[in-house]
Amino acid sequence: MELYYLSIGEASELLRRREVSSEELTRAVLARIEELEPRLRAFVTVTPELALEQARRADRRLREGDAPPLCGIPAAVKDNICTQGVRTTCSSRMLENFVPPYDATVIERLFREGMVMVGKTNMDEFAMGSSTENSAFFPTRNPWDLSRVPGGSSGGSAAAVAAGEAVYALGSDTGGSIRQPASFCGVVGLKPTYGLVSRFGLVAFASSLDQIGPITRRVYDCALVLNAIAGPDPRDSTSAPRPVPDYTAALIPEIKGMRLGVPKEYFPEGLQPEVRDVLLKAIAKLEELGAEVDWELSLPHTKYALAAYYIVAPSEASANLARYDGVKYGFSFTKGESMWDDMENTRRLGFGAEVKRRIMLGTYALSAGYYDAYYLKALKVRTLIREELEEAFQKYHALLTPTSPTVAFALGEKVFDPLQMYLSDVFTIPVNMAGIPGISVPAGMADSLPVGLQILGPAFGEETILRLAYTYEQATAWHTLRPAL
Amino acid sequence: MPLSREEVLHIALLARLGLTPEDVSRFQEQLSQIVDYFEVLKEVDTEGVSPTFYPLPLENILREDEPSPSMPREKILSNAPRQEDWCFKVKAILE
Repeated sequence: MELYYLSIGEASELLRRREVSSEELTRAVLARIEELEPRLRAFVTVTPELALEQARRADRRLREGDAPPLCGIPAAVKDNICTQGVRTTCSSRMLENFVPPYDATVIERLFREGMVMVGKTNMDEFAMGSSTENSAFFPTRNPWDLSRVPGGSSGGSAAAVAAGEAVYALGSDTGGSIRQPASFCGVVGLKPTYGLVSRFGLVAFASSLDQIGPITRRVYDCALVLNAIAGPDPRDSTSAPRPVPDYTAALIPEIKGMRLGVPKEYFPEGLQPEVRDVLLKAIAKLEELGAEVDWELSLPHTKYALAAYYIVAPSEASANLARYDGVKYGFSFTKGESMWDDMENTRRLGFGAEVKRRIMLGTYALSAGYYDAYYLKALKVRTLIREELEEAFQKYHALLTPTSPTVAFALGEKVFDPLQMYLSDVFTIPVNMAGIPGISVPAGMADSLPVGLQILGPAFGEETILRLAYTYEQATAWHTLRPAL
Repeated sequence: MPLSREEVLHIALLARLGLTPEDVSRFQEQLSQIVDYFEVLKEVDTEGVSPTFYPLPLENILREDEPSPSMPREKILSNAPRQEDWCFKVKAILE
């Protein structure tokens, strides 16, 4: 097997036994990036010199012995996570030349573990989108079919991992932006419970919804990365003040007697038939492995989650993106008549259409006369969605759903209809609204394109969903499939 | 359409987003379509329901008031489009 397709577990073992060095592994990954990037375009910035420097440092540490499991393993980072000294653009003209003066907490933690960073990945601008077509620079392509989208907004990260351009990657998820691209690209993607992973250094989109999470080729790898990044952070006052377990200890392939609910609302008429078939087989597999599956669960407020989200997220975004005014950093228009003129033009030229659309939606929903009818109403609906899910977890250990209603769609297919695009997140959005964790695992193929199974757990129930995902993975072979690049 | 042209211009002003006339028409149509979709929330009875601002029940996260070094000024200004005398420089705000 090619070095660049090793899992973290496999690579870590070879590094420990000195059968391969981090420098060799990193060179293999960098060569793969060089080979594929003209066709794939998963990266905004590739950092080969930095990566090799970090690899050599990792090799010294590995020689001394007692290096942590992520030491020397090449990874990619979504370009909305601040990396000191390395351009962080959010795939926007607004931040095209922005170089952060600090590392995000997750980056500090991963560098301490010996991560080798190969580059920053492409995304939908400011994380707003479901296809990576909203990148101000270029779209990323799906490694399984280059005429199709990789999903979004963490499309670059998911594509890189699927294609062997990184052993693992970091993404961020506000309405499905880790899970949906993971599903489209046939890899594992986890959105942790809100508050589990620090948001310090994550460029904010919607502060009550955003979370950083791992994108990997194996569930075990996902647990390893989560171990490194999870945990309270004094610099993020929304991070949960609770100790973090060893998530790898939860990976016991034993699920007999676990009660799993399948919410009816997630298997609607409009679900692509091939996707439905894959999901039915995957759920049958879990039953075969000993779980008790109940198809009678109903979550009636599910259908309101999309509308509520498209009020809440843009509202929060309108506040978070107010800082882009051309004064302290980023793109700056200076040929105006007045300061306001400069500011309005900075924002007109620096932001893409989808970003502007959402800022406008949010500004409208928060404005005088509309705040109660829209923002407050949406937050009350959010409470009902959350309570409904909490109640379900009184009866079930976890819930099973498709990650996305369709497989990866064609580039250009949905760009002209914003509302159509929003529908691709209908199964992932309620999870962010409730703040609970969700993981997407490869569950099969439909028309030669990957389909993901989404497993949801109660707040801080990562151990449960990882265990289910692991058990399913170990009993199937989807994780061994590779795109024909 | 739920949104008038004047409303779109007003929102753009609040958000300090410069819009071309084509932008205004396009956004008026798209935003109206999306806002129409929001009507579905009227079906939900939220009488007596409190809003969820954040999913975690955290309140008043405090720390000791201990001074620590701030980020050095060079770093803070390192991305400044225009600067002078350790300040960010903009056009006059007050006439």
